[in-house]
Amino acid sequence: MKKVAIVGYAQHPILQNAGALNEVELIMPVVHQLFADLGIYQDDIDFTCSGSCDYLQGAAFAFVEGLSAIQTNPPIKESHVEMDAAWAMYESMLKIQMGDAETALIYGFGKSSPGDLDSIISLQMDPYYISPLWPDRVSLAALQARVLLDQNIITREQMLAAVIEARVNSKNNKNALITDLIDESEYLDNTMISSPLNKLDCPPISDGSSAMIIASEDKAYEFTDHPILIEGIDHRIESSNLGSRNLSSSNTLQASIDQLDLNNIKFDVAELHTQFSHELPFLKSLLNLVDVPTNLSGGPLVGNVMMCAGLDAIGKTFESLKENQFKHGLAHATSGPCLQHNMLVHLEKQK
Amino acid sequence: MSSEDTQKDYSESPINLEYQYTAGSATTRFLNQVKEGNIVGQSCPKCKAVYVPPRGSCPRCGVATDIEVPLTDKGCIESFTVVYIPIPGNPIVPPYVCAMIRLDGTNISFLHLIQEVDIEEIRIGMRIQAVWKPKEEWTYSLENIKWFAPIDEPDIDVTTLRFQES
Repeated sequence: MKKVAIVGYAQHPILQNAGALNEVELIMPVVHQLFADLGIYQDDIDFTCSGSCDYLQGAAFAFVEGLSAIQTNPPIKESHVEMDAAWAMYESMLKIQMGDAETALIYGFGKSSPGDLDSIISLQMDPYYISPLWPDRVSLAALQARVLLDQNIITREQMLAAVIEARVNSKNNKNALITDLIDESEYLDNTMISSPLNKLDCPPISDGSSAMIIASEDKAYEFTDHPILIEGIDHRIESSNLGSRNLSSSNTLQASIDQLDLNNIKFDVAELHTQFSHELPFLKSLLNLVDVPTNLSGGPLVGNVMMCAGLDAIGKTFESLKENQFKHGLAHATSGPCLQHNMLVHLEKQK
Repeated sequence: MSSEDTQKDYSESPINLEYQYTAGSATTRFLNQVKEGNIVGQSCPKCKAVYVPPRGSCPRCGVATDIEVPLTDKGCIESFTVVYIPIPGNPIVPPYVCAMIRLDGTNISFLHLIQEVDIEEIRIGMRIQAVWKPKEEWTYSLENIKWFAPIDEPDIDVTTLRFQES
């Protein structure tokens, strides 16, 4: 199978409220920065793929407008996923493996500030199964957190540690939204939003965008002597029906771990798309990452741009490998407040 | 049997989502000018195309249209259609004409009304000018222009308006 490498990644500073800046105005700077970093332009890109959610903008086919952020003349080959841009990266990777492209531009964008994110995600995520109850994302995440706590799979202390560490690690990410440190008493004094989750256990409302460029292995050597290859990628989906799931484990994640043979790889770094504090110790345990530095960027708890945070996990893993003497990195992207989707990406830096 | 007696075999589940819509910083600049009765387009620094209303980027080149271009309220009809079907809630009585208006010095057209002329006389290339509402009614909207009306100038061959790459 043709190998694919990540060659560049850029992230817009994460904003609590981008105000008058619309989606196009958020995308343009990151795409231009990425092109400038690599010394290329849209003409050098064979395939372009974006990830976004029309529900966030409240308009059908709103993602088409996003294309105004990139050069489309002469006409380009492009596609879109109504998901996190991590899946746009997956589609682009397949396009390269099929031999249809040598390079691909991926971008994701999302503004959570214009509407009520809980309602929006409820409608977007579940048009059929639990309607018309429309459970909000925090309540659903809290269900899973409660199960994990009650079964002693994770502890309250681990959730506290995840929140505190995310803020400590935010110093590694110049684009992080939340950077102020907190102590244990501040955490414990916070009011519950949906027990056992308080406000600090949940990700902040965030606006932003990110972009990435990937290339075939051969092409990647034109950009760098040490390309970072996607050595393995696996995406699986749990049942859409939450009532039929065992929220305390993940069969599909286990299948992905076996498929990618993760237990035989010594990871130097991991970035997990853990939107809620309880998900971090849960996934670290499932993925055998207990001793692996995880979410050095702070992760979604210090900035969680919807439809970007998964791509950001991959991008931050890429950056960690690039900037350090690391070899193996693991990135994780999800969709849904109970880890309904899980995508694992194994990145390896070439010597 | 009245409709109230009919047994419902469905339940109603109304869905509402509220958004604070953002025009974007570029369109906001445009609308601030429209409030003052000025039409200010924006030009692409690369291909020089002039957009009105501006959306903030040149979709051909993918760059910000950060050059402001003051425009006249005169232009021509690039295309039009006669509307015969009444639209619920629309106060305009059919038949009326909706036209794609191409303002002088721009490279994109926008939709507006044509009035003060017999429908039979309306044609592509016809010269027109904005008819503004009274100044007291101006707001952040192109509806400050009531409609466009013909002016006594020779028609334009719209094929000459096609975008030429510079």
